[in-house]
Amino acid sequence: MSDPEHVSHKRNAKPSFLENMLKEMLRLWRDASFRPLLMQGIVVLLVVMLGVWVINNTMNNLEHRGISTGFDFLSQEAGFGIIQSLVAYDESHSYGRTFVVGILNTLLVSGLGIFFATLLGFLVGVARLSSNWLLARMASVFIETFRNIPLLLQIFFWYFAVLAALPHPRQSYALGDTIFLNLRGLFLPKPIIEQGLLPVLVSCLVAIGLALLLRARNRQRRVATGKGISGAPWYMAALLIGIPALVWHFSGASLVLDTPALKGFNFRGGIAIIPELGALLLALTIYTAAFIAEVVRAGIESVQKGQKEAAASLGLKPGKVLTLVVIPQAMKVIIPPLTNQYLNLAKNSSLATAIGYPDLVSVFAGTTLNQTGQAVEVIAMTMAVYLTISLSVSLLMNIYNRRVALIER
Amino acid sequence: MSDYLDEPRLQKPLAKSGQPGVTIQREAAVEQASLIEISGLNKWYGQFHVLRDINLNVRKGEKIVICGPSGSGKSTLIRCINCLEEHQEGSIVVDGTRLTNDLKNIETIRREVGMVFQQFNLFPHLTILENCTLAPIWVRKQSRKAAEKLAMEYLERVRIPDQANKYPGQLSGGQQQRVAIARSLCMNPEVMLFDEPTSALDPEMIKEVLEVMVELAQEGMTMLCVTHEMGFARTVADRVIFMDEGQIIEQAPPEAFFSNPRSERTRRFLGQVLNH
Amino acid sequence: MISHDSNMIPAREPPATAVGVLAWGKNNLFANPLSALTTLLIAYGLYLLVPPLVQWAFIEATWFGTDSNACSSDGACWAFITARLDQFIYGFYPEEQQWRADLFFAQLVVLIAWLSFKATPGKKWVLGYSLVMMPVVSWFLLYGDLLGLEKVETHQWGGLMLTLLLALCGMIASLPFGVLLALGRRSNMPVIRSLCTGYIELWRGVPLITVLFMASVMLPLFVPEEVVFDKLLRALIGIILFQAAYMAEVVRGGLQAIPKGQFEAFNSLGLSYWQGMIMIILPQAMRLVIPGVVNTFIALFKDTSLVLVIGLFDLLAIIQAGLNDPAWLGNSIEGYLFAGLVFWVFCFGISKYSQRLEQQLHR
Repeated sequence: MSDPEHVSHKRNAKPSFLENMLKEMLRLWRDASFRPLLMQGIVVLLVVMLGVWVINNTMNNLEHRGISTGFDFLSQEAGFGIIQSLVAYDESHSYGRTFVVGILNTLLVSGLGIFFATLLGFLVGVARLSSNWLLARMASVFIETFRNIPLLLQIFFWYFAVLAALPHPRQSYALGDTIFLNLRGLFLPKPIIEQGLLPVLVSCLVAIGLALLLRARNRQRRVATGKGISGAPWYMAALLIGIPALVWHFSGASLVLDTPALKGFNFRGGIAIIPELGALLLALTIYTAAFIAEVVRAGIESVQKGQKEAAASLGLKPGKVLTLVVIPQAMKVIIPPLTNQYLNLAKNSSLATAIGYPDLVSVFAGTTLNQTGQAVEVIAMTMAVYLTISLSVSLLMNIYNRRVALIER
Repeated sequence: MSDYLDEPRLQKPLAKSGQPGVTIQREAAVEQASLIEISGLNKWYGQFHVLRDINLNVRKGEKIVICGPSGSGKSTLIRCINCLEEHQEGSIVVDGTRLTNDLKNIETIRREVGMVFQQFNLFPHLTILENCTLAPIWVRKQSRKAAEKLAMEYLERVRIPDQANKYPGQLSGGQQQRVAIARSLCMNPEVMLFDEPTSALDPEMIKEVLEVMVELAQEGMTMLCVTHEMGFARTVADRVIFMDEGQIIEQAPPEAFFSNPRSERTRRFLGQVLNH
Repeated sequence: MISHDSNMIPAREPPATAVGVLAWGKNNLFANPLSALTTLLIAYGLYLLVPPLVQWAFIEATWFGTDSNACSSDGACWAFITARLDQFIYGFYPEEQQWRADLFFAQLVVLIAWLSFKATPGKKWVLGYSLVMMPVVSWFLLYGDLLGLEKVETHQWGGLMLTLLLALCGMIASLPFGVLLALGRRSNMPVIRSLCTGYIELWRGVPLITVLFMASVMLPLFVPEEVVFDKLLRALIGIILFQAAYMAEVVRGGLQAIPKGQFEAFNSLGLSYWQGMIMIILPQAMRLVIPGVVNTFIALFKDTSLVLVIGLFDLLAIIQAGLNDPAWLGNSIEGYLFAGLVFWVFCFGISKYSQRLEQQLHR
C-alpha cells in the first residue's frame, strides 16, 4: 500500500494502535471512492476462491475416479458409427472428428430450420393480420397452439407418432419412380455431375447474377431519370433461360439423376433424409415459426397507421406503400427479436439428442462423453461452440442496431 | 373548367392560378364548376351515424375552413375526400373523377389531393429530402434530380432548406409540420387538405406553420382546413363551415360567420373558442 | 349559395349493406375475389378435417379399459390415459401417500386464487409466503422424514407434480439471483458489472440441455467427494443457474424503464444505494416486469420437459415411458395429445393471465 494516509498513520501510532486502525478503517469504509474498490476486491477474492475450490475438488475427484484429463482423447479412435455425416466418417475416425461431425450436423439442421421457419413464420405472421377473418383466425390458432406446447413434445410427436407410422420400405409412398417416403426416411434423387454439367451450373449462376444486376440497374435508372429500361422483365427472362440453354446445348452436358432404388430392406442411392432429421426439422420449423409469426405481426403493427395514411395520401400504390414505407420501418423492429429466435432455434436443435439425431450434443456430449468419461473437457467444448455462435451473432446484432437506430434528437 | 385544364402543370411552386384577387373570385364563383363536389354523403361507423347528408362544393382557388366541436365529423369528412375513410352513401367527385371502389380512381384522386395530418406523419426512416422526393419519384415518375430540385424549392418556401439531410426525429414539431406541407406540395396537388395541422404543436410553433399556410392561400391554392385557428379563418377563408353531429350546420363568409352566426349551436361554439 | 340549415338531421340507421351479419361477412370474408377464394379454401379444408377428427376423438373413442385390446380401432384410445392417470399426475409416489401431493396441488390453487382476486386481504403476506416459504414447505411435505411423515425418496416423484415443482422452485429461487445479477449488470463498479454480464451472457448463450448435462455430470465433480447431491436437486440447481440469467435480463429491462429522476430523487433524499433500490426502484421495476417474468416462467415450464434426458420422470417422460408398456403399444398419438393438452392449458392460461396483467399495468 503506497497510500500516504497509511504512512502517516504508522508514524504517530502512539495512543492505541488498534483504535486508530479501526478509526482509519471506518474512514476508508465511508470514503466514496474507496468503498467501491474494496467491494470489488472482496468480490474478486470470493470468485477466485470459489474457482480454486471447484478446480481443486474436480482434480481430486477425477484422480480418485481414475479419469484422465487433457485433450489427448480427441486424437483417439472413436469406434462408434454415426448415422448421418456431412464429412467422411466411420468408426476408425477420431473423437476429434466426432466433434466436427456433430457441429456440422447441428449447423445443417439449424440452417434448414432457420430457412423454413422464416418462410412459414412470415407467411403466418402476415396471415394473422389479413383482412380475411377466417385466415387471421387460423393463423392465430396455429400460433397459440404450437408456441404453448413444449418443443420436445412436438419432436416426439413427429418422430414417434407420425413418422413412425409411415409404411415399411416395400410399401413406400412414391412420387413417380424418383421420390420415396417411408419409415426409413425421405429419399430424393441426387443429381450427379457428369462432364459439362459444371459449366451449366456456373452459367445458371452467371445468368442469375446478370438478371439481378439488370434489375438493380433498372431500378437505379428508374430513380435517376424517371424512366426505367423498357421491357426489362423480358430481358431478364431471356437472360435466365437463354444463357443456361445455350451453354447446355454447346457443352453437350448430360444430367444424370441418381435415383434411390429398393435394395434388400432399404433404399440405396439418392439423397436420404433420415426420419430423425425430418422430425427435428418439422418440429423446429413449426415451433419457431409460431414465435416468428408473432415477431412479424408485432413489427408490422408497430408502424403507426398514420404512416400508411400519409403514404397513401401521397398517391403511392398499396404495393409501394408496403415496400417503401411500412417494411423498412417494420424490419427495424423485427430483426432483433428475429435474430433472437434464430439463436433459440440453434440452441433448441440440441434437443436432437432425445431422438438420436447426431447433432453436437448427441454425438459429442453424449456418446463421446460416455465413452471417454472426460466430462469437463467435453461439456466445456460443447458449451464453447454454442457460446461462440451466440456471442458472435449478438455482436453482429449490436452493430446492426447501432446502424439502423432511428436518428432522433 | 377547360381554362384550368389548359393551364400547363406549373413547376413554379405555390403559384397555381395566378392572383386574380380574392374578392373577384368570390363573386365570379357562382358560375364556375367545382373542383370538389360532395353530394348526399353519409357515413356510419358501425351503428354510429358520423356524416349526415353532407353537400359541399369547393371551387378552384377557394379556401374553406371547417370548424366544430370534437367528434362532429369534420376530420372524417376531409378524410373521405382522399379515401382514407370509406363512405357508404352519396358521391364525391374530385376534378372530374368520381370516387368509387376502383383503385385507379382512388389513385388519380390521391395524386391531385395533398394532405397534411395533425401528427405530421413524416417517415422517420427517411431524411427530410427523401420524404419530399419519395412520391414524385415513385408516383409522378420524375427523375431523382428533378424531384430533389423541386423538393429544395419547396423546402425553401417553408424556410427549412438547411435541414434537408436531417431526419424527422431531429426537427421540432413546427419544422416537421412545415416539411409535411412541403412534402404534399411536391406532388403539385390541385387541392390541399389540412387535418388540424396545428393541434399537436406548441403555441410558438403554431405561428410558423400558419404563416406558411397563409402564404399558400395567398398564392391561390385550393384549401380545405379543419382547424380551430379562428384568426386564420378570418384572414384567408372564403367560407367558414361549422359542423356538429355529423352535419353542416352553417356556412358563411368569415365576416358574416363571426359577426352574425345564425344558429344557436354556432354561437355557443364560437363563444367557447373565441373566449379562449 | 350559402345554404342554411337550422333543422338538425336526425341519425339514421346505416344501410343494410353496411351493418349486420351480411355486411360483416362481406367485409371480413368476401371483401375481394382473393379473400373469397381463401375463405372457401379454408372452409373446405376444415370440412375435410374436423368431422373425421371429432369422429375419432369423441364418437368412436374408447374411454376406459385395461389394455390396448379394449380399444376400438377406429377411435382414439383414451383408456390409455384414464388407466394411467394416477401415474401421470403423481409419478411413482406411493399411493397411500398421494394425499400429500394433493395437498401440494391444493396449496398452489389456494395461493394462486388468493393472489389473483382483487378483494382478498393480506396479499403482501401471501406473496411473501409464496416466494419464501412455499418451496420449503412443499419440499418437506413431499419428502417427509419429518413430523411423522413417511420419507418418500425423490426418485419416486414424477408426473405433473414434478413438472410443477421443478418449474415453480426453479422460478422462485432464480428470482432473487436474477435481481442481484440485474443490479450488478447496471452497477457503476466495472468488476462487478463485467462479472454479472459475463455470467448472464454465458448462460444465455448455451442450450438448457447442456446445462442439465453439466449439472448431472459435472456438478458432482465440483464439490468434495463426501457431498452427494440427489439427481433432482442437481437438475434444480442447473435450472436455477440457467433461469437466473434470463430473469436478470427481464429485471434489467424493468430497471431501464425507471426514469433517471427516480435515482436522482432518492440520492438527493440521502438514501443509501440499497435503501433506494429496495424502497424506491425495485418496487416500481418489479411491477413493470411482471409480464416478462410470467413469460419466462412459461418458457421454463415448457423447458422442464428436458429433464427427461437426465433420467427424471416429469409429465412428458412418464407418458413416454407408458407408451413403451407392452399392454398399451400403439397409443402414442393419444399420449402426446394428452401431454400437449395439459401443457397447452397451463401455458395458454398463464399467458392470457399475463396479457391481462399487462393491460392493467398500461392503464
